[in-house]
Amino acid sequence: MNRFYVLLVAVALIGGGMLWYGSRREAAPAPNAPVPSTTADGFRGYTLGADTAKVDVTEYSDFECPFCASFATVQMPVIRQQLIAPGKVRWRYRDFPLPSHQYSRYAALAAQCAGEQGKFWEMHDQLFTNHQWAQTGKNPSGLFRDFARTIGVDVDKYDACVSSQRYAGRIQASVQEGEALAVRGTPSFFVNGRPFQGRATSDDFKALVDSLTKQHK
Amino acid sequence: MIRRQAIALLALVGLLVATYLWLYKIGVLGELKCGTGSCESVQTSPYAEVFGVPVAFVGVVGYAVLLLIGIVGVQPRFAADRRVRVLLALLATIGFGFTLYLTAIELFVLHAICRWCVGSAVIITAIWTLALAGLIRAPSPAAPTR
Repeated sequence: MNRFYVLLVAVALIGGGMLWYGSRREAAPAPNAPVPSTTADGFRGYTLGADTAKVDVTEYSDFECPFCASFATVQMPVIRQQLIAPGKVRWRYRDFPLPSHQYSRYAALAAQCAGEQGKFWEMHDQLFTNHQWAQTGKNPSGLFRDFARTIGVDVDKYDACVSSQRYAGRIQASVQEGEALAVRGTPSFFVNGRPFQGRATSDDFKALVDSLTKQHK
Repeated sequence: MIRRQAIALLALVGLLVATYLWLYKIGVLGELKCGTGSCESVQTSPYAEVFGVPVAFVGVVGYAVLLLIGIVGVQPRFAADRRVRVLLALLATIGFGFTLYLTAIELFVLHAICRWCVGSAVIITAIWTLALAGLIRAPSPAAPTR
Protein backbone atom coordinates (compact mmCIF):
# COMPACT_ATOMS: atom_id res chain seq x y z
CA MET A 1 0.00 0.00 0.00
CA ASN A 2 2.80 2.40 0.89
CA ARG A 3 4.48 1.79 -2.47
CA PHE A 4 1.23 2.82 -4.14
CA TYR A 5 1.21 6.20 -2.39
CA VAL A 6 4.91 6.76 -3.10
CA LEU A 7 4.28 6.05 -6.78
CA LEU A 8 1.23 8.31 -6.80
CA VAL A 9 3.14 11.20 -5.24
CA ALA A 10 6.12 10.63 -7.56
CA VAL A 11 3.93 10.76 -10.67
CA ALA A 12 2.13 13.83 -9.34
CA LEU A 13 5.41 15.62 -8.59
CA ILE A 14 7.07 14.77 -11.90
CA GLY A 15 3.97 15.59 -13.96
CA GLY A 16 3.21 18.74 -11.99
CA GLY A 17 6.83 19.85 -12.32
CA MET A 18 6.73 19.38 -16.07
CA LEU A 19 3.54 21.42 -16.33
CA TRP A 20 5.01 24.16 -14.15
CA TYR A 21 8.19 24.24 -16.23
CA GLY A 22 6.18 24.32 -19.45
CA SER A 23 4.04 27.20 -18.24
CA ARG A 24 7.12 29.27 -17.32
CA ARG A 25 8.73 28.90 -20.72
CA GLU A 26 7.57 31.58 -23.11
CA ALA A 27 6.45 30.41 -26.49
CA ALA A 28 8.55 31.67 -29.36
CA PRO A 29 7.03 34.95 -30.45
CA ALA A 30 5.52 35.03 -33.88
CA PRO A 31 7.59 37.26 -36.11
CA ASN A 32 5.07 40.00 -36.66
CA ALA A 33 6.67 43.30 -35.87
CA PRO A 34 10.06 44.22 -37.27
CA VAL A 35 10.33 43.72 -40.96
CA PRO A 36 13.83 42.92 -42.17
CA SER A 37 15.15 45.17 -44.86
CA THR A 38 14.90 42.53 -47.52
CA THR A 39 14.23 43.79 -50.98
CA ALA A 40 11.06 43.07 -52.88
CA ASP A 41 11.40 40.38 -55.51
CA GLY A 42 9.02 41.82 -58.04
CA PHE A 43 6.37 39.24 -57.21
CA ARG A 44 2.89 40.39 -58.22
CA GLY A 45 0.79 38.07 -56.11
CA TYR A 46 -0.68 34.60 -56.45
CA THR A 47 -3.43 34.29 -59.01
CA LEU A 48 -6.41 32.10 -59.79
CA GLY A 49 -7.91 31.76 -63.24
CA ALA A 50 -6.82 32.01 -66.82
CA ASP A 51 -4.25 34.56 -67.96
CA THR A 52 -6.52 35.23 -70.92
CA ALA A 53 -9.45 36.35 -68.77
CA LYS A 54 -10.80 39.75 -69.80
CA VAL A 55 -11.28 40.92 -66.24
CA ASP A 56 -8.49 41.12 -63.73
CA VAL A 57 -9.43 41.49 -60.07
CA THR A 58 -6.81 42.32 -57.46
CA GLU A 59 -7.75 41.78 -53.86
CA TYR A 60 -5.86 43.41 -50.99
CA SER A 61 -6.53 41.29 -47.99
CA ASP A 62 -5.45 40.54 -44.45
CA PHE A 63 -5.62 36.99 -43.09
CA GLU A 64 -6.56 38.18 -39.62
CA CYS A 65 -9.37 40.44 -40.81
CA PRO A 66 -12.85 38.99 -40.07
CA PHE A 67 -14.44 40.65 -43.12
CA CYS A 68 -11.75 39.09 -45.33
CA ALA A 69 -12.46 35.69 -43.77
CA SER A 70 -16.17 36.13 -44.33
CA PHE A 71 -15.56 37.13 -47.94
CA ALA A 72 -13.17 34.23 -48.51
CA THR A 73 -15.50 31.62 -47.06
CA VAL A 74 -18.90 32.89 -48.20
CA GLN A 75 -18.44 34.90 -51.42
CA MET A 76 -15.24 33.53 -52.84
CA PRO A 77 -16.46 29.96 -53.47
CA VAL A 78 -19.26 31.37 -55.64
CA ILE A 79 -16.86 33.71 -57.43
CA ARG A 80 -14.50 30.83 -58.08
CA GLN A 81 -17.30 28.72 -59.48
CA GLN A 82 -19.13 31.35 -61.53
CA LEU A 83 -16.41 33.77 -62.61
CA ILE A 84 -12.97 32.25 -62.25
CA ALA A 85 -13.57 28.65 -63.38
CA PRO A 86 -15.35 29.69 -66.61
CA GLY A 87 -12.35 31.89 -67.48
CA LYS A 88 -14.09 35.24 -67.07
CA VAL A 89 -11.89 36.53 -64.27
CA ARG A 90 -8.33 36.24 -63.16
CA TRP A 91 -8.10 36.80 -59.43
CA ARG A 92 -4.95 38.13 -57.81
CA TYR A 93 -4.30 38.06 -54.07
CA ARG A 94 -2.14 40.80 -52.53
CA ASP A 95 -1.14 40.97 -48.91
CA PHE A 96 -2.22 43.98 -46.92
CA PRO A 97 -1.69 43.01 -43.28
CA LEU A 98 -3.09 45.78 -41.11
CA PRO A 99 -0.82 47.02 -38.32
CA SER A 100 -3.65 46.70 -35.81
CA HIS A 101 -3.66 42.92 -36.24
CA GLN A 102 -1.11 41.09 -34.16
CA TYR A 103 -0.52 38.04 -36.33
CA SER A 104 -1.68 39.07 -39.79
CA ARG A 105 1.83 39.63 -41.13
CA TYR A 106 2.88 36.29 -39.72
CA ALA A 107 -0.11 34.65 -41.41
CA ALA A 108 0.85 36.31 -44.69
CA LEU A 109 4.34 34.90 -44.24
CA ALA A 110 2.93 31.43 -43.59
CA ALA A 111 0.87 31.63 -46.78
CA GLN A 112 3.86 32.81 -48.81
CA CYS A 113 5.97 29.98 -47.42
CA ALA A 114 3.28 27.47 -48.38
CA GLY A 115 3.12 29.19 -51.76
CA GLU A 116 6.81 28.53 -52.20
CA GLN A 117 5.83 24.84 -52.30
CA GLY A 118 2.89 25.44 -54.61
CA LYS A 119 0.27 25.48 -51.87
CA PHE A 120 -0.60 29.16 -51.46
CA TRP A 121 -4.33 28.84 -52.12
CA GLU A 122 -4.61 25.74 -49.95
CA MET A 123 -2.99 27.69 -47.09
CA HIS A 124 -5.17 30.71 -47.88
CA ASP A 125 -8.23 28.49 -47.47
CA GLN A 126 -6.93 26.96 -44.24
CA LEU A 127 -6.20 30.36 -42.70
CA PHE A 128 -9.62 31.75 -43.57
CA THR A 129 -11.72 28.64 -43.01
CA ASN A 130 -10.25 27.94 -39.57
CA HIS A 131 -10.36 31.59 -38.63
CA GLN A 132 -10.90 31.04 -34.92
CA TRP A 133 -7.13 31.48 -34.48
CA ALA A 134 -7.66 35.19 -35.10
CA GLN A 135 -9.96 35.49 -32.10
CA THR A 136 -7.88 33.69 -29.53
CA GLY A 137 -4.95 36.13 -29.39
CA LYS A 138 -2.61 33.19 -28.96
CA ASN A 139 0.60 32.64 -30.87
CA PRO A 140 -0.67 30.71 -33.90
CA SER A 141 2.69 29.40 -35.11
CA GLY A 142 1.96 25.80 -34.07
CA LEU A 143 -1.50 25.94 -35.58
CA PHE A 144 -0.19 27.30 -38.88
CA ARG A 145 2.35 24.47 -38.92
CA ASP A 146 -0.59 22.08 -38.48
CA PHE A 147 -2.31 23.74 -41.45
CA ALA A 148 0.87 23.38 -43.49
CA ARG A 149 1.09 19.70 -42.60
CA THR A 150 -2.59 19.19 -43.42
CA ILE A 151 -2.24 20.58 -46.94
CA GLY A 152 0.85 18.50 -47.63
CA VAL A 153 3.59 21.08 -47.28
CA ASP A 154 7.09 19.90 -46.37
CA VAL A 155 7.08 21.20 -42.79
CA ASP A 156 10.87 21.39 -42.42
CA LYS A 157 11.14 23.63 -45.45
CA TYR A 158 8.14 25.61 -44.27
CA ASP A 159 9.74 26.11 -40.82
CA ALA A 160 12.99 27.28 -42.41
CA CYS A 161 11.11 29.70 -44.63
CA VAL A 162 9.02 31.15 -41.80
CA SER A 163 11.85 31.44 -39.29
CA SER A 164 14.06 33.25 -41.79
CA GLN A 165 11.13 35.50 -42.80
CA ARG A 166 12.05 34.75 -46.37
CA TYR A 167 9.16 36.67 -47.89
CA ALA A 168 8.90 39.56 -45.45
CA GLY A 169 10.21 41.94 -48.11
CA ARG A 170 7.65 40.67 -50.60
CA ILE A 171 4.83 41.26 -48.12
CA GLN A 172 6.08 44.73 -47.29
CA ALA A 173 6.26 45.58 -50.99
CA SER A 174 2.65 44.45 -51.35
CA VAL A 175 1.66 46.72 -48.45
CA GLN A 176 3.48 49.67 -50.01
CA GLU A 177 1.81 48.98 -53.33
CA GLY A 178 -1.58 48.99 -51.62
CA GLU A 179 -0.81 52.23 -49.79
CA ALA A 180 0.21 53.83 -53.06
CA LEU A 181 -3.21 52.83 -54.42
CA ALA A 182 -4.89 54.39 -51.37
CA VAL A 183 -5.99 51.09 -49.86
CA ARG A 184 -7.24 51.93 -46.39
CA GLY A 185 -9.00 48.77 -45.28
CA THR A 186 -9.44 45.15 -46.13
CA PRO A 187 -10.67 43.56 -48.21
CA SER A 188 -10.19 46.13 -51.01
CA PHE A 189 -10.57 45.29 -54.66
CA PHE A 190 -9.40 46.68 -57.95
CA VAL A 191 -11.09 45.57 -61.14
CA ASN A 192 -8.94 46.06 -64.22
CA GLY A 193 -6.91 48.54 -62.21
CA ARG A 194 -9.86 50.62 -60.99
CA PRO A 195 -11.10 50.64 -57.39
CA PHE A 196 -14.16 48.47 -56.98
CA GLN A 197 -16.91 50.55 -55.36
CA GLY A 198 -19.59 47.87 -55.08
CA ARG A 199 -20.42 45.61 -52.20
CA ALA A 200 -18.02 42.74 -51.67
CA THR A 201 -20.50 40.12 -52.78
CA SER A 202 -20.43 37.58 -55.56
CA ASP A 203 -23.58 39.18 -57.04
CA ASP A 204 -21.96 42.61 -57.37
CA PHE A 205 -18.81 41.13 -58.85
CA LYS A 206 -20.85 39.07 -61.27
CA ALA A 207 -22.83 42.13 -62.40
CA LEU A 208 -19.67 44.15 -62.95
CA VAL A 209 -17.86 41.35 -64.73
CA ASP A 210 -20.88 40.75 -66.99
CA SER A 211 -21.02 44.42 -67.92
CA LEU A 212 -17.28 44.57 -68.61
CA THR A 213 -17.41 41.38 -70.66
CA LYS A 214 -20.25 42.81 -72.79
CA GLN A 215 -18.23 45.97 -73.40
CA HIS A 216 -15.39 43.85 -74.73
CA LYS A 217 -17.65 42.06 -77.22
CA MET B 1 -7.29 -3.61 -4.67
CA ILE B 2 -4.60 -3.70 -7.34
CA ARG B 3 -7.19 -2.70 -9.91
CA ARG B 4 -8.24 0.36 -7.95
CA GLN B 5 -4.62 1.37 -7.43
CA ALA B 6 -4.09 1.07 -11.16
CA ILE B 7 -7.23 3.13 -11.81
CA ALA B 8 -6.01 5.84 -9.43
CA LEU B 9 -2.59 5.96 -11.10
CA LEU B 10 -4.06 6.06 -14.58
CA ALA B 11 -6.52 8.77 -13.52
CA LEU B 12 -3.61 10.82 -12.18
CA VAL B 13 -1.77 10.55 -15.51
CA GLY B 14 -5.01 11.43 -17.33
CA LEU B 15 -5.46 14.40 -15.01
CA LEU B 16 -1.98 15.65 -15.92
CA VAL B 17 -2.67 15.28 -19.65
CA ALA B 18 -6.04 17.04 -19.37
CA THR B 19 -4.48 19.81 -17.26
CA TYR B 20 -1.80 20.33 -19.91
CA LEU B 21 -4.45 20.73 -22.62
CA TRP B 22 -6.56 22.97 -20.40
CA LEU B 23 -3.60 25.24 -19.56
CA TYR B 24 -3.06 25.61 -23.30
CA LYS B 25 -6.74 26.39 -23.81
CA ILE B 26 -6.76 29.19 -21.23
CA GLY B 27 -3.54 30.66 -22.59
CA VAL B 28 -1.08 29.70 -19.85
CA LEU B 29 0.88 27.56 -22.30
CA GLY B 30 1.75 29.22 -25.60
CA GLU B 31 2.23 26.18 -27.75
CA LEU B 32 1.44 22.48 -27.53
CA LYS B 33 4.23 19.98 -27.96
CA CYS B 34 2.68 17.69 -30.48
CA GLY B 35 5.33 16.14 -32.70
CA THR B 36 3.65 14.79 -35.81
CA GLY B 37 0.04 15.29 -34.75
CA SER B 38 -2.34 18.19 -35.28
CA CYS B 39 -2.97 19.12 -31.66
CA GLU B 40 -3.58 22.82 -32.14
CA SER B 41 -6.01 22.24 -35.01
CA VAL B 42 -8.01 20.00 -32.73
CA GLN B 43 -7.72 22.20 -29.64
CA THR B 44 -8.75 25.38 -31.43
CA SER B 45 -11.64 23.77 -33.29
CA PRO B 46 -15.25 24.45 -32.27
CA TYR B 47 -15.43 20.85 -31.02
CA ALA B 48 -12.89 21.61 -28.29
CA GLU B 49 -15.72 23.11 -26.25
CA VAL B 50 -18.99 21.67 -25.01
CA PHE B 51 -21.65 24.27 -24.17
CA GLY B 52 -18.88 26.83 -23.77
CA VAL B 53 -16.83 24.64 -21.44
CA PRO B 54 -13.43 23.51 -22.76
CA VAL B 55 -13.39 19.74 -23.31
CA ALA B 56 -10.00 19.70 -21.60
CA PHE B 57 -11.58 21.11 -18.44
CA VAL B 58 -14.25 18.40 -18.56
CA GLY B 59 -11.31 15.97 -18.66
CA VAL B 60 -9.66 17.65 -15.67
CA VAL B 61 -12.83 17.32 -13.60
CA GLY B 62 -13.55 13.77 -14.78
CA TYR B 63 -10.07 12.45 -14.07
CA ALA B 64 -9.94 14.28 -10.73
CA VAL B 65 -13.17 12.59 -9.65
CA LEU B 66 -11.91 9.18 -10.84
CA LEU B 67 -8.64 9.75 -8.96
CA LEU B 68 -10.51 10.69 -5.82
CA ILE B 69 -12.79 7.66 -5.99
CA GLY B 70 -9.81 5.43 -6.80
CA ILE B 71 -7.93 6.65 -3.71
CA VAL B 72 -11.01 6.34 -1.51
CA GLY B 73 -11.59 2.87 -2.96
CA VAL B 74 -8.20 1.55 -1.83
CA GLN B 75 -8.92 2.42 1.80
CA PRO B 76 -9.52 -0.82 3.76
CA ARG B 77 -12.99 0.14 4.89
CA PHE B 78 -14.15 0.71 1.31
CA ALA B 79 -12.33 -2.28 -0.18
CA ALA B 80 -15.45 -4.42 -0.37
CA ASP B 81 -17.89 -1.57 -0.91
CA ARG B 82 -19.97 -2.29 -4.00
CA ARG B 83 -20.93 1.39 -4.37
CA VAL B 84 -17.30 2.25 -5.18
CA ARG B 85 -17.20 -0.42 -7.90
CA VAL B 86 -20.47 0.77 -9.42
CA LEU B 87 -19.47 4.44 -9.26
CA LEU B 88 -16.10 3.74 -10.89
CA ALA B 89 -17.71 1.67 -13.65
CA LEU B 90 -20.39 4.30 -14.24
CA LEU B 91 -17.99 7.25 -14.45
CA ALA B 92 -15.49 5.31 -16.56
CA THR B 93 -18.26 4.33 -18.98
CA ILE B 94 -19.36 7.96 -19.33
CA GLY B 95 -15.73 9.00 -19.90
CA PHE B 96 -15.19 6.21 -22.39
CA GLY B 97 -18.34 7.12 -24.32
CA PHE B 98 -17.37 10.81 -24.41
CA THR B 99 -13.90 9.83 -25.64
CA LEU B 100 -15.41 7.69 -28.42
CA TYR B 101 -17.43 10.72 -29.56
CA LEU B 102 -14.36 13.01 -29.50
CA THR B 103 -12.21 10.49 -31.35
CA ALA B 104 -14.91 10.13 -34.03
CA ILE B 105 -14.92 13.93 -34.40
CA GLU B 106 -11.15 13.91 -34.85
CA LEU B 107 -11.19 11.11 -37.39
CA PHE B 108 -14.27 11.89 -39.45
CA VAL B 109 -14.95 15.60 -39.06
CA LEU B 110 -11.67 17.35 -38.36
CA HIS B 111 -9.47 14.77 -40.07
CA ALA B 112 -6.82 15.70 -37.53
CA ILE B 113 -5.37 13.74 -34.66
CA CYS B 114 -4.10 15.18 -31.40
CA ARG B 115 -1.66 12.76 -29.82
CA TRP B 116 -2.47 14.04 -26.31
CA CYS B 117 -6.11 13.20 -27.00
CA VAL B 118 -5.04 9.75 -28.18
CA GLY B 119 -3.09 9.38 -24.94
CA SER B 120 -6.14 10.34 -22.94
CA ALA B 121 -8.27 7.91 -24.97
CA VAL B 122 -5.87 5.07 -24.16
CA ILE B 123 -5.95 6.00 -20.46
CA ILE B 124 -9.74 6.18 -20.19
CA THR B 125 -10.07 2.91 -22.13
CA ALA B 126 -7.73 1.22 -19.67
CA ILE B 127 -9.64 2.70 -16.71
CA TRP B 128 -12.94 1.58 -18.21
CA THR B 129 -11.64 -1.96 -18.74
CA LEU B 130 -10.34 -2.16 -15.17
CA ALA B 131 -13.51 -0.69 -13.71
CA LEU B 132 -15.72 -3.11 -15.63
CA ALA B 133 -13.51 -6.03 -14.64
CA GLY B 134 -13.80 -4.87 -11.03
CA LEU B 135 -17.57 -4.81 -11.32
CA ILE B 136 -17.91 -8.17 -13.07
CA ARG B 137 -15.37 -10.14 -11.05
CA ALA B 138 -16.34 -8.76 -7.70
CA PRO B 139 -17.19 -11.42 -5.14
CA SER B 140 -20.92 -11.72 -4.72
CA PRO B 141 -22.16 -10.49 -1.38
CA ALA B 142 -22.53 -13.16 1.25
CA ALA B 143 -25.98 -14.58 1.64
CA PRO B 144 -27.83 -12.99 4.49
CA THR B 145 -27.96 -15.10 7.59
CA ARG B 146 -30.92 -15.37 9.82
